Amino acid sequence: MSTTLPPYEVIDQPLDTQMTISFGPQHPSTHGVLRLEMVLDGEMIVRAIPDIGYLHTGMEKLFEYKKWQQGIVITDRMDYLNPLGNNLAYVMAIEKLLGLEIPERAQVIRVMMCELQRIASHMVWLGTHALDIGAMTVFFYAFREREKIMNLIEACSGGRLTPSYFRVGGLMMDLPAGFERRVKQFTDAFPKALDEFHTLVSGNTIFQSRTKGVGYISTEDAIDWGLTGPCLRGSGVKIDVRLTNPYTGYETYDFEIPVETGCDVWARYMVRMRELRESLKIVEQALARLRPGPVKADAPKVVLPEREAMKTHMDALIHHFLIITEGFNVPAGEVYHPIEGSKGELGCYIKSDGGAKPARVHVRGPSFVNLSALPIMAEGEMVADVVAIIGSLDIVLGEIDR
Amino acid sequence: MSIISDVIESTKAIIKGMGVTLSYIPKEKWTVEYPDEPVTMQPRYRGQHLLHVDELGREKCVACFLCAAACPSECIYIIAADDPRPAEERTGVEERYARVYNIDYGRCIFCGYCVEACPKDAITHGYNFELSVYSRADLLKTKDDLLITKQLQSPNYRVAYSDEDVNSEYKEV
Ligand code: SF4
Ligand code: SF4
Repeated sequence: MSTTLPPYEVIDQPLDTQMTISFGPQHPSTHGVLRLEMVLDGEMIVRAIPDIGYLHTGMEKLFEYKKWQQGIVITDRMDYLNPLGNNLAYVMAIEKLLGLEIPERAQVIRVMMCELQRIASHMVWLGTHALDIGAMTVFFYAFREREKIMNLIEACSGGRLTPSYFRVGGLMMDLPAGFERRVKQFTDAFPKALDEFHTLVSGNTIFQSRTKGVGYISTEDAIDWGLTGPCLRGSGVKIDVRLTNPYTGYETYDFEIPVETGCDVWARYMVRMRELRESLKIVEQALARLRPGPVKADAPKVVLPEREAMKTHMDALIHHFLIITEGFNVPAGEVYHPIEGSKGELGCYIKSDGGAKPARVHVRGPSFVNLSALPIMAEGEMVADVVAIIGSLDIVLGEIDR
Repeated sequence: MSIISDVIESTKAIIKGMGVTLSYIPKEKWTVEYPDEPVTMQPRYRGQHLLHVDELGREKCVACFLCAAACPSECIYIIAADDPRPAEERTGVEERYARVYNIDYGRCIFCGYCVEACPKDAITHGYNFELSVYSRADLLKTKDDLLITKQLQSPNYRVAYSDEDVNSEYKEV
């Protein structure tokens, strides 16, 4: 039997020993503008209720007023630590409806960039998680590693936080010259940094005692509350969309899905740290597979033509004008496409009525669902452990509020 | 576990951590002292837009409105006009040109769709990134701010070579 919470009610008549306090929304450890309404008994948490919506931007509604291809820039801004993953979920959902065939090179680059993005996202998580618990230096080293990946993303797309690199039917453009060598440099240097993180954080007794046994959520609860990603795998369930529902050719890569059975903050920490090595392995394999070839699908009515063709061929120019001014039509239908984002199952549900704009777009954000389990994890813990639990959930408020 | 062994363990952990930190002191610096040192931009970086001119100094834009149509945040405002003068004296390369070309940087999200759309290579992203102003009205940039001949370029950036090392940002430039 799984734990269900009693319905939330405002406690306006606190007991003598109980006190209700607000944690956030401006608290730096809430990773954004999350507010927790906490009922405390002394130092112990009786109840912690997340209060979200401070960052609400109405993005899902906004999709309905933009052409299909213009929606890509909106997805960047949801989970801003994993923008390429968001791009991928959205464009792949559209491609599913269109039935587009994506060239091999584009697929390999998508996998490579998404895994680099996953490492970058985990670096932010590691830095801030350790910082919350009191290890300051890790933050700088983690952000240094992230900066290298940001440079790579900037080099290929032009944007750092908001790349919009994936387009319906392929990529924005091919990789710049010398990109493979730069990725190689990164993958060569990263294991050393990873070892350093293990020395600084994993081997640290203080960190261990702050995280072990804290924020417990049983396997049944984790499944019932719909956790995905490292939070679920930290509770001993081996589910990863890359494994259970492969996309962009993940089934052909050789990698492990790390699982820990501790069900606590430490287990979730270890899952992510082990995942970094697996991501690195995938990047290396993708790098070895890169072969010259087209990066855009052969679909002149959907994919923008190459610039050279656009300037020299009449039909390419006409398609260029048509796609930009009127967009492309997507066959009517509904589709849901899940991918494994850095925080869990990131799904994009789209509904088309056959026009150039979506009829409805809904995003299943992993942070949103994972955050809902916070009351279970926080109950009965100390106040100081809340930051550790929030850190272990790896939430991004931009995705929760959307 | 007794308190004493706790203290010893924690001290060991701290010393080990400090070892890593101290080992970085003699190593190369990874930060940039902006604005004393320039920031390195990758060649494809998307900064403030530039409106280009041809070798005779005539504006390349033909006011086709494609960039405005592609823009997801609808921040480009163009008024087209005809210029019947002979080719050498014209403002633009063609008879039709943009009399007004405004970009509202309060709305622009630097997505690059306008650059991708332009069939004349008239608009590209420059590298200027210091766009903060004291008044909202100043965020509306007109043709005078955007033309490549008139836009002041910031001294605070440098553009990387396309295949520079991944950590080149942190090297002396
Ligand atoms: S960069 Fe994007 S938002 Fe800015 S003007 Fe161009 S198309 Fe519009
Ligand atoms: S900048 Fe380019 S796309 Fe925009 S109106 Fe001028 S020529 Fe057309």
